[in-house]
Amino acid sequence: MSITADGYLNGTRPAPDELLPSAVPVRFVTEEGTAADAPSEYAASSDDRLGEAYRRMVVARRFDQQASALTRQGRLAVYPSSRGQEACQVAGALALRQQDWLFPTYRDTAAVVSRGVDPVEVLTLLRGDWHCGYDPVATRVAPLCTPLATQLLHAVGMADALRRRGEDAVVMAFVGDGGTSEGDFHEALNFAAVFGAPVVFLIQNNQYAISVPLAEQTAAPALAYKGVGYGVRSEQVDGNDLVAVLAVLDEAVEHARSGHGPFLVEAHTYRLDGHTNADDPGRYRDEEEVRRWAAADPLPRLQAWLRTRGTLTDQDIDAAQAEAEALAADLRARIELDGPPDVLEMFDHVYTHPTPQLNEQRRSLETEVEGTEA
Amino acid sequence: MGTVTMAQALNAGLRDSLTEDDRVLVFGEDVGRLGGVFRITDGLRDEFGEQRCFDTPLAESGLVGFAVGLAMGGFRPVVELQFDAFAYPAFEQIASHVAKMRNRTRGRVPLPMVIRVPYGGGIGGVEHHSDSSEAYYAHTPGLKVVTPATAEDAYWLLRDAVRDPDPVVFLEPKKLYWSKEDAGLARRGAAPTGRAVIRRPGLDATLLAYGPSVPVAIDAAVEAARDGIDVEVVDLRTLVPFDDETVTASVRRTGRCVVVQEAHGFAGVGAEIVARVQERCFHSLAAPVIRVAGFDVPYPPPKLEHAYLPGVDRVLDAIHRLQFDDQPDVRHLAREAS
Repeated sequence: MSITADGYLNGTRPAPDELLPSAVPVRFVTEEGTAADAPSEYAASSDDRLGEAYRRMVVARRFDQQASALTRQGRLAVYPSSRGQEACQVAGALALRQQDWLFPTYRDTAAVVSRGVDPVEVLTLLRGDWHCGYDPVATRVAPLCTPLATQLLHAVGMADALRRRGEDAVVMAFVGDGGTSEGDFHEALNFAAVFGAPVVFLIQNNQYAISVPLAEQTAAPALAYKGVGYGVRSEQVDGNDLVAVLAVLDEAVEHARSGHGPFLVEAHTYRLDGHTNADDPGRYRDEEEVRRWAAADPLPRLQAWLRTRGTLTDQDIDAAQAEAEALAADLRARIELDGPPDVLEMFDHVYTHPTPQLNEQRRSLETEVEGTEA
Repeated sequence: MGTVTMAQALNAGLRDSLTEDDRVLVFGEDVGRLGGVFRITDGLRDEFGEQRCFDTPLAESGLVGFAVGLAMGGFRPVVELQFDAFAYPAFEQIASHVAKMRNRTRGRVPLPMVIRVPYGGGIGGVEHHSDSSEAYYAHTPGLKVVTPATAEDAYWLLRDAVRDPDPVVFLEPKKLYWSKEDAGLARRGAAPTGRAVIRRPGLDATLLAYGPSVPVAIDAAVEAARDGIDVEVVDLRTLVPFDDETVTASVRRTGRCVVVQEAHGFAGVGAEIVARVQERCFHSLAAPVIRVAGFDVPYPPPKLEHAYLPGVDRVLDAIHRLQFDDQPDVRHLAREAS
């Protein structure tokens, strides 16, 4: 295999007909947990791997609930919930190997936890601290990104860096439906395709950008079609069907890893909670719609599917729940253990060596702090 | 030792940086095949190959964001944003990520990268080709902001910027690209990033200038000498971090100070410098510190540029207002009376 200067295997960019997404979202499992007519080009995971995914989804759901509760108690500054999006969050983490990189948004804490990063560190920013908590280099997870779609370009640059270094690694970058309207989304797809970067873009289309519904966000037939114009292979998937999301992401990751360039996946899902704890979703969507999507909840769907196949026992379910409770208890116990941040540290990381001006300001604040404590 | 232009010095700086460190990548719009619209990257693609020096799609936010990822991945990107006013689409990436990545990762993800921006006026550029955008960058913590005024400085400040562990916005005065300098690039006068230099020693007043305003300040100092005023010219070279030490020492010696910038005066870098000087040198000052700046109008087109740009006369006028006769500045009152 030889990768050419533009990053593509043997210099071949995908042909136009290879780029188009399926006409309807790829689905393996119906909302009732029965088999759907799945397209043959995607392969479902082994039952073992799906069992692992189920366990992670239970943990992700509990983590999300706990974080929301901590916010109501005033112990987190803000929390953007991903309840209802666990199939995307877990499949995204599960499709990556250890050497791969993940570029999440602020709503993707469950995916970062699922990747194995300490939940307390994952919530550092949302507690109101000034830094991302975890070590991005050690965990290969970029800081949660708050500005929309900007991180997609970083993901493309990182993917290009990994390729240049000859590493067998890919990058996955998350974005929401609203983020696909940002210029950086389009610039990222374009750069990724031109340079043949090994990057997978996962759009979690949860139907709302805070309050603005998808129909007012775009006139595209589906967000997945946005990749086509850039020469990026694209697919759409039922984002509440873990089996389908994982199958498509596995294919997307393999596509990128084997030198075929970037891949765009749109996962149709739903944010069951508000944008954040500060939001009032009752102002822009009705209860009936929420009930409809709650019936499509990814967690019971996967559970029913695995039970029908006889690969998920009551003990497995209890064990997953126990693990989730343990994580929640640990989170409650440790979330404030490190105490308030050292205010003087805010000067330390602006530059590698603080400027004379910052040293001066640091001394000034130090005197102020000492005066307060005295 | 022959003559060298700033453009040639910058080209040599990039070439030597690419040679010194395999992690250095030079890219942007038209920097590959064409060698850049100002030819600063001339010949680099041929010499180092299209993996090291390459063109990107025409999207400034895209190329800066792409550079952020490359820097996170262990490379040292040097990007060219073609013109000052064309750099604005990249501003979110610069302000929200380039400047903050090190801080928001508690020092774990430094971003060693250089953003080169040709800036300033004096070349008769049509609209959107001559902005003085330094204040936007200097106001953003986390960025270093450098602007050379000589070929020798351009070479060494650029070499240092590429080696710097932190992101550097490297502002290249367009009108000085082709000014010839009778010097080689051996490091004689060039100080490290963050240090200003005294271009011309003097006893009676300090002229503070940077980038494109340095030659104007030197010419004004030569003229002032004919009037018997011995003016010291300080070339700041680095706006961030700011060299308070050199500036303060000079103003305390001379007791008088004029700041010269091409940019609009209001809320500009010169305003910050005046504040710093009066905070530190109040008891040494014999006159108010005066700014000579561009007017607060959108950067004018070529036909009006001469009236906008602070020239030698405007600087000389400011020098003469420094109350050498121990009288307050009352000329405008005299003018109104007549």
